[in-house]
Amino acid sequence: MTASTSERAARTVGAVGRVALFVPCFVDQFYPRVAIAALTVLERLGFAVDVPESAVCCGQPAANAGFARAGDAALGALASAYARADRVVVLSGSCAAHVRAHAAGRVAGRAVEFAAFLHDDIGVDAVAALGARLPRRVGLHIGCHGLRGLGLARPTELQVPPFNKLRALLETVRGVEFADLARPDECCGFGGTFAVAQPALSAKIGRDRLRDYTASGADVVVSTDMSCMMHLGGLAHRAGVSLPMVHLAEVIAGDS
Amino acid sequence: MPVATPTRRAALPVVDAHAPNGAPVDHAAAAARFTADEPRTDWHDGALWFVREKRDRQAASLPEWEQLRELASQIKEHTLSHLDEYLIRFEERATANGIRVHWARDATEHNRVVHGILTAAGSRRLVKSKSMLTEECRLNSYLAERDIDVIDSDLGERIVQLRGEPPSHIVLPAIHLKKEEVGETFHTHLGTERGLADPQALTAAARAHLREHLLAGDAALTGVNFAVAETGGFVVCTNEGNADLAAALAPVHIASMGIEKLIPRAEDLGVFTRLLTRSATGQPVTVYTSHFHGPRRGQEMHLVLVDNGRSVQLGREGFWRSLKCIRCAACINTCPVYRRSGGHSYGSTIPGPIGSVLTPGMDLKRYGALPFASTLCGSCAAVCPVKIDLDAQLYRWRQLVADAGHAGVSKAAAMKTTGWLLARPRLFRAAGAFGRLALRVLPARARRLAAGPWGRARDLPPAPAQSFHAWYAARERAGGAAGRGEGPGA
Repeated sequence: MTASTSERAARTVGAVGRVALFVPCFVDQFYPRVAIAALTVLERLGFAVDVPESAVCCGQPAANAGFARAGDAALGALASAYARADRVVVLSGSCAAHVRAHAAGRVAGRAVEFAAFLHDDIGVDAVAALGARLPRRVGLHIGCHGLRGLGLARPTELQVPPFNKLRALLETVRGVEFADLARPDECCGFGGTFAVAQPALSAKIGRDRLRDYTASGADVVVSTDMSCMMHLGGLAHRAGVSLPMVHLAEVIAGDS
Repeated sequence: MPVATPTRRAALPVVDAHAPNGAPVDHAAAAARFTADEPRTDWHDGALWFVREKRDRQAASLPEWEQLRELASQIKEHTLSHLDEYLIRFEERATANGIRVHWARDATEHNRVVHGILTAAGSRRLVKSKSMLTEECRLNSYLAERDIDVIDSDLGERIVQLRGEPPSHIVLPAIHLKKEEVGETFHTHLGTERGLADPQALTAAARAHLREHLLAGDAALTGVNFAVAETGGFVVCTNEGNADLAAALAPVHIASMGIEKLIPRAEDLGVFTRLLTRSATGQPVTVYTSHFHGPRRGQEMHLVLVDNGRSVQLGREGFWRSLKCIRCAACINTCPVYRRSGGHSYGSTIPGPIGSVLTPGMDLKRYGALPFASTLCGSCAAVCPVKIDLDAQLYRWRQLVADAGHAGVSKAAAMKTTGWLLARPRLFRAAGAFGRLALRVLPARARRLAAGPWGRARDLPPAPAQSFHAWYAARERAGGAAGRGEGPGA
């Protein structure tokens, strides 16, 4: 985190790093484009990327529903698949927060969310050097676990100096404008199994979040969490609202 | 404005905040009923969000806000870790001040103590001022059955009392009601003109009505916001001054407090009064912050120390920090679930995140749904002035609810299967391929049905032909990324 810009440049351009990428179950199944974009970004930054085949999920869906032991089998499979990786880049704030909170003694300390990895380990200059461009008005969405669990940005409740790692990364992308939301970090209402256990309430919270994006003039939503995007995108599609939901990796890879 | 004669108690229904017949609380069903009226849901959400924003402005006005939170958390954790010593010290000092201290193990003992005090003093009319603890103990119905008139003197509490409803919020008990509904209630019970909806006129009517009761009360009961072990005194915070008026007029003052309300020293008080109202309503301080240290001449002052499950919660590793709560309701105001489901959907005295952490311990089967009434977004913990790890505690309760078999048979089976499948990558990917194929070939209507509760309001994303791992495996077979393992690919 404290590496100077030149050190970061040396590390990314000169010496090749090696990282492992964890692609969560729903990203694997529904959003392969996002995982391909993340892989592309990491490779273009000079990393050799391992994607072990023998892990699909962090076990969060079962654990948040009260069945942590059932989820722990999945978390255990993940931990052994990544046992030898120094750095595990997790393509979801929510899954990364779960791994960090519940895989103590296994991969917890080595797991890092994708945007946090770019911001803290690689640095915004190296990301800027990739030359991405997105001439759109962007509504940001940082999932709650990434926001408050991983500290990807300052949540509005806390009285500390403002910072926003996702925004800092997007500021390196040419053409991006930011939409001002009335409630910048309101939950989208997905909440894992909450979306299924309380569908009416979950959908209502999501519709309100969508309304904030459309009212602020956003023409694309950029997130670090495809789970939130699956929920909001599903609501938008049902309502006939055209508002693309993309992952940060897709923006930086330049194929959104 | 014409104000009718005071309402007779017989006209008031007996309030039970809890689920009828001890049936398990079904938060999801209650929330679905609440959100069915979308404009009303929006209005409720907006009213609470307005308070949350006021809180943000007040918090931002103190550069030392985060240090205050940390200090408050430490003071509370210290006190709770030495609660036995501080309670004994408090009792000694309070008794020396002339306060009669009573102990109550549970709600029934509390109600019996209060009734005993009233009987001994010959009091028949009790004027109450905002005490969620007496809601928890269901004191009103207990006393009503024993022919004692109980008047809630806080305006919001009085409104819901007249309507025969429990409070829907611990600081803003009638926040679920619009001014037109208050006007209708006052028309029915206080005889104000029909259709009156001007807040000022309604407040004036309530003021005249309540004043009659305050003057007629022969005993007053208040809650306690903070009790100080060092001085044996206690503090009550209100915005309407009703606690002061009631306690100043009545010959008997009873204060009911949960044992967790204690703080060690008078100098600690400033930390909490600075945090409490800013967090609660976005005011810098309550209009009335009244300090009681003993009875005035000729008055009896009683203080009831109530456990009612608190010492059990204190003994629960992983949950005892919930007792740090100072009942500001900031977590309730910020909760996206509370804001859109209303306080009554929780079926417990304290709704929202803190209620969902405090209540399951009272009856896990009955309140087992409450820890699931959350997206675990964590806003509650971040806003909490005493730094209770509310979302982590909700997560822990979920494990205990499921362990005890209260999560539902179908959910348990589904989750066990899910967990089993997610630990088997090959099988999961085969199932995924099958599922995606089904989603691609099924007609839209069938896709919605297949998506279950998800599909009621949302569509699933279009299913791609190939999963990432299938794509990746194909790429690896074809030789991997350009330059893979040989040098920088950028």
